[in-house]
Amino acid sequence: MARMKFICDAERCIECNGCVTACKNEHEVPWGVNRRRVVTLNDGVPGEKSISVACMHCSDAPCMAVCPVNCFYRTDEGVVLHDKDVCIGCGYCSYACPFGAPQFPSQGTFGVRGKMDKCTFCAGGPEANGSQAEFEKYGRNRLAEGKLPVCAEMCATKALIAGDGDVVADIFRNRVVSRGKGAEVWGWGTAYGSKQAGQPSANAQAGAKS
Amino acid sequence: MKRTFWALTLLALVSACSDKPQTASPPKNDTAPYQGTGKAFVESGWKQGDKASWESHLKARSQYGQNDYTRIN
Repeated sequence: MARMKFICDAERCIECNGCVTACKNEHEVPWGVNRRRVVTLNDGVPGEKSISVACMHCSDAPCMAVCPVNCFYRTDEGVVLHDKDVCIGCGYCSYACPFGAPQFPSQGTFGVRGKMDKCTFCAGGPEANGSQAEFEKYGRNRLAEGKLPVCAEMCATKALIAGDGDVVADIFRNRVVSRGKGAEVWGWGTAYGSKQAGQPSANAQAGAKS
Repeated sequence: MKRTFWALTLLALVSACSDKPQTASPPKNDTAPYQGTGKAFVESGWKQGDKASWESHLKARSQYGQNDYTRIN
């Protein structure tokens, strides 16, 4: 199996916020914490596009690189998870993340930052699969139930697709070929290092280093 | 005797000022998702603990649930 990935098809997203609601409901996420949200680009301008954004479970995750207590880990399926018992709530991951994924509950005295919370790709955390402790800290573990993330599974227009990288890329490719437009995948290059996102080619990078 | 008493009292007072040891612990080991939850509320037809079965069910689910071109055509 390849790595688990998200794709949001901006041609299909209708900004219904169903993914946001489904995520909050499935994991009983508290007020003030949004693991997923819908962002509209060029809002109000003809041709505006909406995209659903959450943790993209990056191949080379910047949050993992900056965490001073090393609370992050990556599963064999490529899902980036964290251990809330190790997290100290410093917020470095929040500054490093290009998607604004890390969230901090704001309740508590003097606005103290609690443990970081983010999208788990519906894969829970380090606690036992499907246990009450895992649910209370990280939400449902749908992957361990043989299911995909609820945000993608309930998306009405199938704008948000999640799953094995090969499968979701194949689905998206099929769509682009059929409709003949909308090949741009927002965030894909940033998260997974695709050259489509305007990143310099390997030759250009080698030239810059020498 | 008096000197020992004061020494012990001073020691007890000073010990409250000492720093607690702080040791960084790595994240706990996570169980692979194909191991399942051990509960009945899972994808039907999948044998919990079987990695190949989990992968094939997940692939089938992502195709059936998300690829509307194959569902319609």
